Amino acid sequence: MRRTDALGVIALTDSLIDVIDLSCKRDQRSLFEGLTHTFCPGDIVQIEGPNGSGKTSLLRILTGVCSDYQGDILWRGQSFSTDRLDYLNHLLYLGHLPGVKKSLTPRENLHWCSGMNSGHLQIPIVDALEEVGLAGFEDTPCHHLSAGQLRRVALARLYLTPTPVWILDEPFTAIDKSGVGKLETLLCEHAAGGGCVIMTTHQELSLEGVDKINLRDYQPKLVQWQQEEWGIDV
Amino acid sequence: MNWQWFHRLGSPRWFYQKTSVLLPWLTFFTLAILLVGSVWGLAFAPADFKQGNSYRIIFLHVPAAFLSLAGYYVMAIAGAVGLIWRMKLAFVVMRSAAVIGAALTFLALISGAIWGKPTWGSWWVWDARITSMLVLFFLYLGVIALQEAYQSETTANNTSAILTLVGTVNIPIIYKSVDWWFTLHQPATLKLTQASTIHPSMLYPLLTMVVGFYLFYALALILYTRAEILKRECRTKWVAELCGVDVNNKISRA
Amino acid sequence: MSNTKFYLPAPSAAAGFVAMLNRDLLLSYRHKGELANPLIFFLMVITMVPLGISPDPQFLASLAPGMIWVVALLASLLSMDVLFRSDFDDGSLEQLLISPQPLYFMVLAKVLAHWMVTGLPLTLAAPLLGVMLALPEGGYMPLCLTLLVGTASLSLIGAVGAALTVALRKGGLLLSLIIMPLYIPILIFGASAVSNAIDGFAIMGQLAILGAFAAVAIVLAPIAAAGALRVAING
Repeated sequence: MRRTDALGVIALTDSLIDVIDLSCKRDQRSLFEGLTHTFCPGDIVQIEGPNGSGKTSLLRILTGVCSDYQGDILWRGQSFSTDRLDYLNHLLYLGHLPGVKKSLTPRENLHWCSGMNSGHLQIPIVDALEEVGLAGFEDTPCHHLSAGQLRRVALARLYLTPTPVWILDEPFTAIDKSGVGKLETLLCEHAAGGGCVIMTTHQELSLEGVDKINLRDYQPKLVQWQQEEWGIDV
Repeated sequence: MNWQWFHRLGSPRWFYQKTSVLLPWLTFFTLAILLVGSVWGLAFAPADFKQGNSYRIIFLHVPAAFLSLAGYYVMAIAGAVGLIWRMKLAFVVMRSAAVIGAALTFLALISGAIWGKPTWGSWWVWDARITSMLVLFFLYLGVIALQEAYQSETTANNTSAILTLVGTVNIPIIYKSVDWWFTLHQPATLKLTQASTIHPSMLYPLLTMVVGFYLFYALALILYTRAEILKRECRTKWVAELCGVDVNNKISRA
Repeated sequence: MSNTKFYLPAPSAAAGFVAMLNRDLLLSYRHKGELANPLIFFLMVITMVPLGISPDPQFLASLAPGMIWVVALLASLLSMDVLFRSDFDDGSLEQLLISPQPLYFMVLAKVLAHWMVTGLPLTLAAPLLGVMLALPEGGYMPLCLTLLVGTASLSLIGAVGAALTVALRKGGLLLSLIIMPLYIPILIFGASAVSNAIDGFAIMGQLAILGAFAAVAIVLAPIAAAGALRVAING
């Protein structure tokens, strides 16, 4: 499935991530079963479902942080654990926690993030901070910032590194109305440019062309007696 | 190669059914050998010309000490199998081995102290072997404590398995270091435990007891593991059938 | 239309290592107050020794090598708890795990930064405490050398414990419990090297063994710590 020419150019039609018959089980409790989906360039996919249906777990499985799953996850046609670092290199994940150090300034935080990744920035850090409305706060220690501003520091990473796959867990939390609008535009631009966004949110999105995966459809059926649990995950 | 047998090994149900057959035999032999060994050692073996009858505690102490170290390796192997093949049964065995191993180490320490009082005139002496045994006890306690600390079963299993493996790498180093430390600080006169020659009349009952303890260890491990399996699989059909619940009876609430 | 911009070159591991090291050193610098805590602890416990036992210099001198080593070990252990904890709390540990960097080097960078702000100052402060405990003259150089090598191993082994307990709210005491038995060989060889030097014996053997411990720990401990971080953050 992986077709790259000498320059390493990947055709747009290829899928980025294939999820095949994925199920998640945490400590004897099954969260969802039989999820199959193909994430292509240009997709914006919203994961829906009631509380506790495994939205965050699904996103964490897709990042590789959580390993309580069965099924296959393919990155450009190969299992995503075979070339794990290559996959992670093309991934940007924003979780519940912003991952921002409070005793560092926004600039220092973003500098660390870019140092950990390929270091190749699309725009300077200052501009990225301006984009998320933090102009003038570049060198203010983050413990002086509000929750929403901390969130914006994390969101500034979306402008910095050109990773195709964005996995966003509740990116709109603590963001004001104008910020939400701006972020929606950014997501659209990213998808139009061949990127892929996988996200959860409780906000009503005004975006068009959003695919939805409702985890309620994949909830395990209630059975009176469980199957015997085989010891090995084959 | 056909790995079916290995996958079967990971099935709690298969384990439970096979051990059900094995259990009566194992219990019988364990009790018989322990009985023979202890009567032989306590009543028929001759008294030691230097220590009198107080030496007889070695029939308890030495096998317990053997098993406490071997038990750590059982725990480590189970932990490694669990980590590599994600075999849940292996984690159950690991948990059982930790508790039994800690108990045996404690027994070895206590019996050593009881033997030390008449022999050395003190309950506690900083002898190399005793110190190593104490450190081993701490290692066991660490694994149990880590296992108990986590709410999530998966995390508890994985973290304590890693700790067990780290401990396994360290045990030889710790033992060698403690030995070296002992030769550095103590004159060689205290080495009473190193009975270089042991009379066959004492050796044979001791060996019997060692075999008995190995069997006892296996028995305890199997019993503990079976109990854990029942607890974890209580919502499966086969356990319900085992308990005499009518599984075809339709109950609306799962 | 091709999307060449989406085929990103692999980042350099060296750059990641430096970024991690820089960030952790910068964080320590921002929390300068916490830097001194292990040292103050070291000093205070050493002060307790003459108060609790005896101020007799000869008696203290016989106690000094072991005492300084034990307290240095405890100080290092107490500072271990924070190694991954704050990263876990604010989500940057998660970001670390999904960064396209080998976790081995990331852990190594964090441990190196931690050692530079705890092990190294402890080593440098040790001669001062030697004076307070009337350490005989021949003991100072060996004390510093063994602590320099030994605290590196302590930090590396401690990192495994810190990783194993990172997701626990009250992991501090448990961390000490599971890691202290593993510290025993380092304590034995470190303290005995100092005693031997005071008695006029050669200490190259002990130093070599401590060096070997550190070498093995550099290779194995980050692997174990990385694995532990993965399973701990999973829950």
